[in-house]
Amino acid sequence: MEIGLTHYLVLSTILFAIGLVGVMRRKNLLLLFFATEILLNAVNVAFAAISHYYGDMTGQMFAFFVIAIAASEVAVGLGLLIVWYKRHGSIDLDALATMKG
Amino acid sequence: MFEAIAFYLFAFLTIAMFFITVTTSQALYALTALAAGMIFISAFFFILGADFLGAVQIIVYTGAVMALYAFGMMFFDTTRDVKEKKGNKYIIVGLSTLAAILVVVIVAVPMVSQNVVALYPAIDGVGNTQEVGLVLFTKYLVPFEVAAIMLLVAMIAGIVLAGKKMDLSITLMNDAAIEEEKNKKVLS
Amino acid sequence: METYLYIALFAPLVGSLFSALFTATPKKLFTGIVGSLLIFTSLVSSTILLMYILKGGEPVHVTMMTWMATGDLYIPFGFVVDQISVTMMMVVTLVSTVVHIYSIGYMDHDKGFNRFFAWLSAFVFSMMILVMSDNYAGLFIGWEGVGLCSWGLIGFWYHKESATWAASEAFIMNRIADLGMLIGLFLVYWNTGTLQYDGAFAAFHTLDISTLTWIGIFLFIGAMGKSAQFPLHTWLADAMEGPTPVSALIHAATMVTAGVYLVIRSHELYSLIPHVGLFIASLGAFVALFAASMALVNRDMKRIIAYSTLSQLGYMFVAAGLGAYWVALFHLMAHAFFKAALFLGAGNVMHAMDDELDPFKMGGLRKKMKWTWIMMGLASLALSGIFPFAGFFSKDAILEAAFVGNHTALHVMEHHYIIYAVLLFTAGLTAFYSFRLVALIFHGEERFKLFGFHPHEAAKIMLLAIAPLVILAIIAGAFQTTFFEMVQEALNAVEYHVHSQIVVWIMTIGTQVFAISMIIFAYVKYNNSRVSVPDGTSRLENSFIYKLLFNQYYIPHFYAEYIVKPYREISEIFWTKVDLKIVDATVDGIAGIIYGTGEKTRQMQSGNLSTMLTWMVAGLVGLLSLAVVFGLTARYSDEILLFLSALGV
Repeated sequence: MEIGLTHYLVLSTILFAIGLVGVMRRKNLLLLFFATEILLNAVNVAFAAISHYYGDMTGQMFAFFVIAIAASEVAVGLGLLIVWYKRHGSIDLDALATMKG
Repeated sequence: MFEAIAFYLFAFLTIAMFFITVTTSQALYALTALAAGMIFISAFFFILGADFLGAVQIIVYTGAVMALYAFGMMFFDTTRDVKEKKGNKYIIVGLSTLAAILVVVIVAVPMVSQNVVALYPAIDGVGNTQEVGLVLFTKYLVPFEVAAIMLLVAMIAGIVLAGKKMDLSITLMNDAAIEEEKNKKVLS
Repeated sequence: METYLYIALFAPLVGSLFSALFTATPKKLFTGIVGSLLIFTSLVSSTILLMYILKGGEPVHVTMMTWMATGDLYIPFGFVVDQISVTMMMVVTLVSTVVHIYSIGYMDHDKGFNRFFAWLSAFVFSMMILVMSDNYAGLFIGWEGVGLCSWGLIGFWYHKESATWAASEAFIMNRIADLGMLIGLFLVYWNTGTLQYDGAFAAFHTLDISTLTWIGIFLFIGAMGKSAQFPLHTWLADAMEGPTPVSALIHAATMVTAGVYLVIRSHELYSLIPHVGLFIASLGAFVALFAASMALVNRDMKRIIAYSTLSQLGYMFVAAGLGAYWVALFHLMAHAFFKAALFLGAGNVMHAMDDELDPFKMGGLRKKMKWTWIMMGLASLALSGIFPFAGFFSKDAILEAAFVGNHTALHVMEHHYIIYAVLLFTAGLTAFYSFRLVALIFHGEERFKLFGFHPHEAAKIMLLAIAPLVILAIIAGAFQTTFFEMVQEALNAVEYHVHSQIVVWIMTIGTQVFAISMIIFAYVKYNNSRVSVPDGTSRLENSFIYKLLFNQYYIPHFYAEYIVKPYREISEIFWTKVDLKIVDATVDGIAGIIYGTGEKTRQMQSGNLSTMLTWMVAGLVGLLSLAVVFGLTARYSDEILLFLSALGV
């Protein structure tokens, strides 16, 4: 049984959907970050698969940059999280209602 | 055949791990499952012949990012059970499923993917790492450097944000000043 | 010479802007002085230009800047000083200077002193643009500018409802006429491709008569509004609500003559269409008689003079319509002098009588206001056309023009005896109502004592200001030949000579005798002790004719009843039915929907990140659905079209 691009894209989509569930469901900011990592990885899989099946390096390059961005995001995000925690003593999403319109 | 078995095996494992990550109420479980999922993702990269990307995935995610999260968790004391939102589960699952189906319709049912033409075709006779290097340092040199600067900025930002009092040097301060600093609230 | 042109044009603007700076502050004498000085500067420049033109200089033509240049349309801000415009400039600047100086005295106690001068100078500026422009577009700017300033000055005492009403009436009536004028301008542009006088006049010769007729008619409609010709005449009498200097400047000497100026300026057009000219002349003769008849019985000093203005404008249109453009222009000039003097004299009387306007309540003011009496008397003599005053020469020329007739296209002399007869009769009426007014105000019993007035002679500055006008009203006739020579070329002027010398003498002396006898009749009737304030009981006052004339032929009543009232009712219907029920309802409905949506979607903005993320995903799903829909449509467009055509769409 030949594994084609479609298989990978479907897998990527499923992972992405799991990530979305996490994003919508999680209330703890740290676990929310985990969900975003899942989203990014799901996309990475798709990139790598497309790159492979079309013989084009661009997909891999993008996956590479996505990883770089994910790493920076984690660094800055965690820093902000720490500041927030110091100030409010909680990283509960419901406590973050300062943007209420 | 081997490829198919590997694909399905790792697909199952990845989905299972990520599923645990988003559903478990134990932060530690989530972290562990995420790390495992990341490693399984790198397996796909190896299957797809993107060796370099696979290696980077393991190093960056499983090594660096996970370590960061682990430290973060120690800081936040998330060992206790995580309270979840009492949202409407159907909405969440429904929306996600819908999004997934739509993406599949768009991408997998080839409405877009037919017209893709290789912009930077893979070069025969060289290894993946070499190939990556060739493209990265020619066509993508500027984005690469920008990404490097971005990482640097992120690193500095992380340090500044997390360690607010780093401009104070305890060795240069006298005892009274240290006491005073201690009595101050941590922030504002 | 260009420098003088610009000085003459822009000095009033500077004066206006200067005075406008102080409109919000209490009375400052120097705004009046500066304004007057700047207008005087303009007068001096105009005089220099006049001297230059008189010496046979070429017309000064400048293009200041481009105003519009789109495609074939090119309209510059160009100005021309030729024989016609320099005459108008002299009239405008001279009368304005006098009126400005007079106003320093007249408006002395008014709170809006500074504002008055701002408007007045702005008016002079607009008028200068009107007469100096070298194209119809510039003329139209000035035309609208004087309309605006006239509105501001009629409604100067805006706390009086009658004043604001009169201002709006004048403005609206002028807009109606301006629509005609605009159509005329469009036609000119449409057919000739230019609005420049030179270009358009040259092109007129190639157009067919029907096109020219339409252009002539529509331009004349504009002139009718500005010059208050029948049926758009009612605003002029009501415009007397404004301060008297305004009436003198705008509603006697300058703005109302703009219509005559337009016809004179377009003489190359009107000389091609003598049938329209005849219509203009007929209407002018009709208005002359019509307005004079209303002046006979009116009991409002200023209105009497306003009707007389209307009547004299009719004379001007007769001359212009018959092709005697130089006569029209000459009468315009002479009329400006004596009519402004009359108005300013009336202003003196009003000042003395605490703004009382009814001449029946005055009488015997001769002793108290000797100089005003002399000046108004002289101006009235000029108005009546008595030798050797200015009015004699100009009016006589019009009568001769009507008698002799004009050259038609076939060089056949056409006599207009009916017009001549009407004008002659009107000349008698003019003499009568002018001296009825003089007699009632200055002679007879001192009836003002009954009403507790304490009249006094006007301030020196006011008397001094009127003096130049009176002098000009006396001597302007002497310039007839000079004037004729100056404009001869520009207006293709011909002298009107009745063939037989005896006929000339009979006509002239006959006219004089008629006018003088009417003056004597007026004196006999009103310079006696039996004159009293009318109380509506005498036989005369109950006669049909008197009522008809006193109510201005019921025309204002007719307008109010059959135009204003139905319009108001229609507006009422549109307001309650269309505006409230449809337009407002739609707008309110849209606002309501938006407001309701906002109210409902407010919950989205709970500030809770989790909710927001959910909404974000919902948005993502929405966008993806759109992508699918459009993707599928694009992919299967042929099939969809086939399907739709099968459905018969």
